[in-house]
Amino acid sequence: MTSSTANPYAARDHARAQGGTRVDTMPLLPPADADHLPAGVTPQDMIWAETVAGGGYTSKIVNRGARIELTDVDGDACASLLAFNAALPTERLNVADTAKIQWNGYLGKDRFILSDMGRVILSILEDEAGTHDIFSGASNAASNARKYGDGANYGTHPNARDRFRIAVAKYGLGVKDIHPCINFFKGVKIGTGGEMIPATGPFPMGRRLVLRAEMDLILIIANCPHVLDPRENYSVTPLRIRGWRGPVAPPSDAIRTGTPEGLRAFLNTEDYYAR
Amino acid sequence: MADSTDTCRIVHDETVPARAPWMHDVKAGQILKIIDLEGNQAVDFLLYSTGDDAERYSAQDTMTAQGNIFLKTGSVLLSNEGRPMMRIIASDVAYHDTIGGACSCESNTLRYGHHTKSQHACVDNFLDANSLAGRNKRDMVSNINWFMNVPVEEDGTLGIVDGISAPGLSVTLQALMDVTVVVSNCPQINNPCNGFNPTPVRMIVSE
Repeated sequence: MTSSTANPYAARDHARAQGGTRVDTMPLLPPADADHLPAGVTPQDMIWAETVAGGGYTSKIVNRGARIELTDVDGDACASLLAFNAALPTERLNVADTAKIQWNGYLGKDRFILSDMGRVILSILEDEAGTHDIFSGASNAASNARKYGDGANYGTHPNARDRFRIAVAKYGLGVKDIHPCINFFKGVKIGTGGEMIPATGPFPMGRRLVLRAEMDLILIIANCPHVLDPRENYSVTPLRIRGWRGPVAPPSDAIRTGTPEGLRAFLNTEDYYAR
Repeated sequence: MADSTDTCRIVHDETVPARAPWMHDVKAGQILKIIDLEGNQAVDFLLYSTGDDAERYSAQDTMTAQGNIFLKTGSVLLSNEGRPMMRIIASDVAYHDTIGGACSCESNTLRYGHHTKSQHACVDNFLDANSLAGRNKRDMVSNINWFMNVPVEEDGTLGIVDGISAPGLSVTLQALMDVTVVVSNCPQINNPCNGFNPTPVRMIVSE
């Protein structure tokens, strides 16, 4: 029997026949045609529609003002985030300043996220989860190997740091650019003796988080089991992303004006774009 | 391999002036003792593998491995590759900070106002030292703050509060690989991390 890919004509037909296949976890292009559009968002404003598989990763450059909705579809996603100034990636997320400047280590609605240059890079407009983590960072090859037997990108238990390593390389960035990350949807609280108390779920289905980009950013997201997840099996479920264009924060914005530190962080970002 | 400065040969002994950077290689097995000469002086601290500075201290990996945000006697400082870089073998102070990060000219504008932007800051010290070794801002990661006190309240409120160190107290580290230590003797004058008065610290390397 002749193979359907025995010559270039047949191989081309074979490849093209796959087009249009829909699976649960994939980017949807154009995003205007996607389902699950957030309420009030018109299709022409959509810039990103993707569902990231458990163990997967994605990335995108978003403009200042963009809204990014993350949904923990089945209750066990862990969105680990790196963020860079798209124009000058030496400026990046700084978790220590994010906590210190806000006098608080727990992220949630109305909190903001800072770069290492004293600028606000993201704001949290909505948060149905309340369980996030700036402390414990990404899983790595060794931690996944200990728990699951392996942790390599080519295997069945990829780890978040190695996902980051590949993702940042696609922007010309390297290991030195993998900075401390934020984990959304999986939480860590700090006990009275400094102990880290993880909350790794599983949680109710469909919890949402809406971010607003305050700068033009490279966003890198890995969706791997939280490094402190105590379960023996590799437990992680898909992460749905919807992004759309939006206005930058107006002068009266509640997050911008909510704290003196936040106001100065917005002023610094506005100053960066004052050219 | 020696495990106490009492029986060791001192190979380097230097007093770092107030507000200054410091960079020094410490070989595997050697011991670094940091003495808070005048009390409550934050010592901002980064580590790089001397052989490959893409491998560096990771606050998140270190905290996660020990399940606690505080660095105490016995804590192992891990790299971004999950490998042990140094171990705290003695500490006169109950715990040290690794969540508070380093002060910068830029973050000072947020915490205190833009009038502080021109003040010297730890990130400038780190960049000053690192740039002499071919490193730059990509090499800045969350650091350790020896002798700095950052408690976290039940609702997540945290902050740099009055220190728990005192004149002459020290922390002692043993290198578990060849490391390059980069320090900013913190110049901050707007919060209590230096008692509002930056002072010198002493660095003793022994083997």
